[in-house]
Amino acid sequence: MITAERKPLEELIEYVRPYDRILLVGCNECVTVCAAGGRKEVGLLASALKMAFAKEGKTIDIKELTLERQCDPEYIEELVPHIEDVDAVMSMACGCGVQEIAKRFKNIPVFPAVNTKFMGASEQQGIWAERCQGCGDCLLGLTGGICPIARCSKHLMNGPCGGSTNGKCEISPDVDCVWQLIWDRLKALGMEDRYEEIIPAKDWRTAGGGGPRKIIREDLAE
Amino acid sequence: MENFEPIIVAFCCQYCPYTAADTAGTQRLCYPANLKIIRVPCAGKVDAMHILKAFEKGADGVVVAACLEGDCHFETGNIKAARRVSYIKKLMEEIGVEGERLEMVMLSAGMGDRFAEMATEVTEKIRKLGPSPINLNTSSQKQEAC
Amino acid sequence: MKTESVLEKVLASGNLAVTSECGPPRGTNAEIIKAKGELLKGKVDAVNVTDNQTAMVRMSSFAANVFLKQAGLNPILQMVTRDRNRLAMQADILGAYAHGINTMLCLSGDHPSFGDHPMAANVHDIDSVQFIQMVKKMRDEGKFQGGADIDNPPKMFIGAAANPFADPFELRVARLAKKVAAGVDFIQTQCIYNLDKFEKWMEGVRARGLHEKCYILAGVTPMKSAGMARYMKNKVPGMDVPDEVVKRMAGVPKEKMADEGIDICVESIQRLKEVEGVAGFHIMAIEWEKKVPEIVERAGLLPRPTVS
Repeated sequence: MITAERKPLEELIEYVRPYDRILLVGCNECVTVCAAGGRKEVGLLASALKMAFAKEGKTIDIKELTLERQCDPEYIEELVPHIEDVDAVMSMACGCGVQEIAKRFKNIPVFPAVNTKFMGASEQQGIWAERCQGCGDCLLGLTGGICPIARCSKHLMNGPCGGSTNGKCEISPDVDCVWQLIWDRLKALGMEDRYEEIIPAKDWRTAGGGGPRKIIREDLAE
Repeated sequence: MENFEPIIVAFCCQYCPYTAADTAGTQRLCYPANLKIIRVPCAGKVDAMHILKAFEKGADGVVVAACLEGDCHFETGNIKAARRVSYIKKLMEEIGVEGERLEMVMLSAGMGDRFAEMATEVTEKIRKLGPSPINLNTSSQKQEAC
Repeated sequence: MKTESVLEKVLASGNLAVTSECGPPRGTNAEIIKAKGELLKGKVDAVNVTDNQTAMVRMSSFAANVFLKQAGLNPILQMVTRDRNRLAMQADILGAYAHGINTMLCLSGDHPSFGDHPMAANVHDIDSVQFIQMVKKMRDEGKFQGGADIDNPPKMFIGAAANPFADPFELRVARLAKKVAAGVDFIQTQCIYNLDKFEKWMEGVRARGLHEKCYILAGVTPMKSAGMARYMKNKVPGMDVPDEVVKRMAGVPKEKMADEGIDICVESIQRLKEVEGVAGFHIMAIEWEKKVPEIVERAGLLPRPTVS
């Protein structure tokens, strides 16, 4: 999923300060799962903002709405009946959702309420960790199903570097050395020989080096 | 200010703390009437939203009362409640409301005296802190409106 | 002979080679690097110049290389993949070679979080193994990494690092094998304090014949104090300092510690000389370059051979 974290309230307060009526829009997808911008977080943030302004003696009208998906124009349409009555929109979706709202509504400001972080998986309740950088040319078939691009601090495709200690990365004892994980897995699979095949220098065009990326499925696109 | 009587919402788990409040009553112990007790099936069921709404709607303080560690009927509801409370305390500081207005306590059913003591302590603490900054401004606005 | 590198010639002649290291200044004072060069002149075959070591900004390795070259030394251009993409790396290799620099060391570099610019972008366009492949392709095929021809290709003698002490130990020989397969000519190892473990690693290296495919220079670093020994043991990732070494350093009075550190270093070199497959030594005297001549002399590595 795409993970996110709420921005500091201080920053959000400054975004909405000039306005009286705000539409706070959550998303039912990834940000709900990572507890950053679903219906519940929309309720909490609305309440928090109202209190922060009430403290200053200001009443702010916050309308709460959580869409099925903010990265899809079809669902963004659901905002149309509400948009007339507000001065600004604050989105609790990832950066994709914020931009879809900005694209659809030309005359109304939209602000992000979360910092979009990374594509990750939940390690346990309340902990999410990066797993994929969307490089566009998946290496997992060569590395035992564990990604060195997303999970090695130096993106080493032929690691481990000389800083690997007791299975941990040199940058922090809290970070696994991904090459230790890859090696352990290759061994478990009896695929140790794989390790010595040099993975050649990567073509970063598919990772965004070639400019903004797009997928066109001709059978589906109209 | 001298006549300030804080409104304190106490979310009490029905198993221990709520019974403790009962025990305090049957023991005829005195404690301040500022606590508005809300009986909940488990402290772990008290959502962040419940706590925040209590403050938004005018509470000067909130207490989340759970069973003692190891005594939760749902095993870890009290632990979860404690974590949630410390999370909300941080959010309150961000909003600009003192985190001390939110209190987590753990009680057994027999601790009627401790319940009365806690109620007195919390009421005194909130009395010292004064009205919630949210109420201060909204009430003055109301007066202006009159 | 693949290159004009003096280091390659010394190694090819069968002599034990000696290299050392200079950290460039954290400023623009060229005299510092020149003075360090003077201390090492005639005492070592080549001098590594670090590239933003420990991810702290310093004068570029390239510029400092040029000063050493002008002073009559044989500098080794260290380059890390952390700070440059492949365009910038190849451009600097062309420039360095045009200045007569013909030996280089291909590294990934310390992570930016260790240095004074932890907020910097972490480039790592290629890794150290791919870096070796790139420099070899430039030299042997006369082509850039992207495939276009190079006019007068740079003939670099290609070095890389190896750390026999990092984990997992069982991969340490295999990773060297990858660097050899990529085309590395010489290896400078991480500082060796745990000689037993190094010898065990060398057994693995010899078992695969890797010592015949590249020259292995054993890395040594003299300790200045017991504090430094403890720091290296506990704080430097991938460093293996046995307790005996720390104890030995701590067992002498403070004013004798530096001498003890030099003694340990010289004794290590003596023992490493006996290890089959060790082709020379890389003496990394961190901000202590003035001690290198003494170590080289006491280790019986003087005079340095003259090669043409």
